[in-house]
Amino acid sequence: MSSTASTQSGQNAQSLTLVEAIQDGLYTEMSQDDSVVVLGEDVGKNGGVFRATDQLYEEFGEDRVIDTPLAEAGIVGASIGLAQTGMKPVPEMQFMGFMYPAFDQIVSHAARLRSRSQGQYSVPMVIRAPYGGGIRAPEHHSESKEAFFVHEPGLKVVSPSTPYDAKGLLAASIHDPDPVIFLEPKLIYRAFRDDVPTKPYEVSLSEAAVRREGSDISVYTWGAMTRPVLIAAENLSQSHGIDVEVIDLRTLSPLDIETITDSFKKTGRAAIVHEAPKTGGLGAEIATTIQEEALVHQEAPIKRIAGFDAPMPLHSLEDYYLPQAVRIQDGIRETVDF
Amino acid sequence: MNMKNEAGSKDVPAPVREDSDLVQILDAEGNVLPQASVPDISDRQLLELYETIKLARHFDQRAISFQRQGRLATYAPMTGQEGSQVATSLALAEQDWLFPTYREHAAKYAHGMELASLFEPLRGHQEGYAIPEDVNVMPEYIPIATQVPQAMGMAWGHKLQGKTDTAVMCHLGDGATSEGDFHEGLNFAGVFDVPAVFVCNNNQWAISVPRERQTASETIAEKAQAYGLDGVRVDGLDPLAVYKVASEALEKARNPGPGELRPTLIESVQYRFGAHTTADDPSVYRDESEEEVWRDRDPVDRIETYLYNEGILDSDLESEIQDSVEQEVSEAIETAEQTAASPDNIVEYVYEDVPARLEQQRDELNRLREKYDDGAFSEVLE
Repeated sequence: MSSTASTQSGQNAQSLTLVEAIQDGLYTEMSQDDSVVVLGEDVGKNGGVFRATDQLYEEFGEDRVIDTPLAEAGIVGASIGLAQTGMKPVPEMQFMGFMYPAFDQIVSHAARLRSRSQGQYSVPMVIRAPYGGGIRAPEHHSESKEAFFVHEPGLKVVSPSTPYDAKGLLAASIHDPDPVIFLEPKLIYRAFRDDVPTKPYEVSLSEAAVRREGSDISVYTWGAMTRPVLIAAENLSQSHGIDVEVIDLRTLSPLDIETITDSFKKTGRAAIVHEAPKTGGLGAEIATTIQEEALVHQEAPIKRIAGFDAPMPLHSLEDYYLPQAVRIQDGIRETVDF
Repeated sequence: MNMKNEAGSKDVPAPVREDSDLVQILDAEGNVLPQASVPDISDRQLLELYETIKLARHFDQRAISFQRQGRLATYAPMTGQEGSQVATSLALAEQDWLFPTYREHAAKYAHGMELASLFEPLRGHQEGYAIPEDVNVMPEYIPIATQVPQAMGMAWGHKLQGKTDTAVMCHLGDGATSEGDFHEGLNFAGVFDVPAVFVCNNNQWAISVPRERQTASETIAEKAQAYGLDGVRVDGLDPLAVYKVASEALEKARNPGPGELRPTLIESVQYRFGAHTTADDPSVYRDESEEEVWRDRDPVDRIETYLYNEGILDSDLESEIQDSVEQEVSEAIETAEQTAASPDNIVEYVYEDVPARLEQQRDELNRLREKYDDGAFSEVLE
């Protein structure tokens, strides 16, 4: 039994952090379906470097929570093979910055096996990876390169911003018949708690969430940036009377285009906030989609508030690199005042 | 036969190194070597082996010719490697899985794929990638060595689920042994002791780079030792030896004896007689004299001589088999040439359900097809 669940036994919901919700989600899915296996570096006895697989090894044993050799291509490649035998592998990439050795396995094979076999084989697999900056980590530990995977047909890409969503999106990802890249914003792994139902539930992979309703501007974001955006929205509402609508995309591929455009049609202004580098980032995709679908509603240039086109700096400078409240508020004001 | 004496001049890479460990049954002519033990294989199976090798040789010649005529796109020839491909596949049980590269046309055919479906992708129709439900063959792997960890994973999945009556055979080339995926896959295979057989088709050349430049190790088979696998070297132009080595490795993968390891790396020592692909010209990077050394050990001639010696084959049966393989290949290319590709196939198998945005993109294409007709897509609009 998971520690988080055992302390709350008998209740319908538990107050969990995001990483605890992921652990609870893995526990729930593994309890319901013997074919779900977790594998990766340090996921077993150690419970994962972020404790996301805490106690799963004790509960489900070494054949379902598997410590592998240190080899990302091997882990993902082996998972593709495991999936062909009816198992549902949930490989963990310890950090997104270490995911590149597995990139070929992901884009050349996991994403394409269905089309390469004309529908005969598929890869129902969820690759989990902690991503993003702000935790004062060493070099290569703060990557936010979701656009790589969004660009690849055949993959789905998910990034939760709340503990509730983390468990529900993880469940939907594990039940999904296609390969899912599940990006966990490690900055908010333990930043706050949320009521998370003990029972199994899904959060759909096809719907963005309207986190805050507003009429002046739509701000699109996901993952760890959702919180500073919500804080900025409150600040602007109180200090400048700007009414910000905040859309948390949750699933980055496929995008919920309807929610994106519906919001824009209402507000006529948009800003996209992401911590990944600006050029070629998902912000460009969202801005163009809005222009294709709803140009006549547009009242101001669409603003991208993003990381710089530079490697994430070491931690003494990362507050400048990441879109913080100051940049978010300034960008929103500039767009609304256009 | 003493292969040491056949090593080339200093200018030409030695075709085969020290070969005391090389498993052989037939000599260069096709006579059974003294002390060699012929695998327990029926006359009917021997004829199947021969007929499939003959078919592969003819398929290869026709495919190259069709490519020259513009009827097929780039093709990776297999002449010289058919004996090993067919023998390894015939060693597979029906439930076993095959992971082929882009060159294992005959291996795929021998494990159940239709001949026509091998031609269809070469005609640009991905419909030919469709694999029948009862055939345990994975799609061909084009990126080098990426299949190795995947094959390992499948074998691992079978083992974790107690299905060790099913073995996985994974083909790779000598160039693949330089890739990280090769090392990661074999390392995992050793750590988790999975029922897999990795067949390195060492054809001496990774496009223009000779095996000597691919690895400094004496043999490829010896790499197995580093991962805790068994390594075996076999004369890949001797179909009987390949069949024996592959059968034994597969049997051990399923039912290892006390202290035995399940996984094996087989180095099947071969030669690519032709080009890497029809887009390649080997005369730029290698000497013809090198090829002659290997021509003397051609797998087709050797198995033929063996069958004649054993009284299993005579000239009537030989020409009957030749006629039948020619007809089979002709029919396959005719079938492939009748296949028409549907543009809907572009979006069909990307996800289990076609996402809304992709559906819109298909609708947009179909709207233009209706407006301008299909011919317009290969024309310059005025």
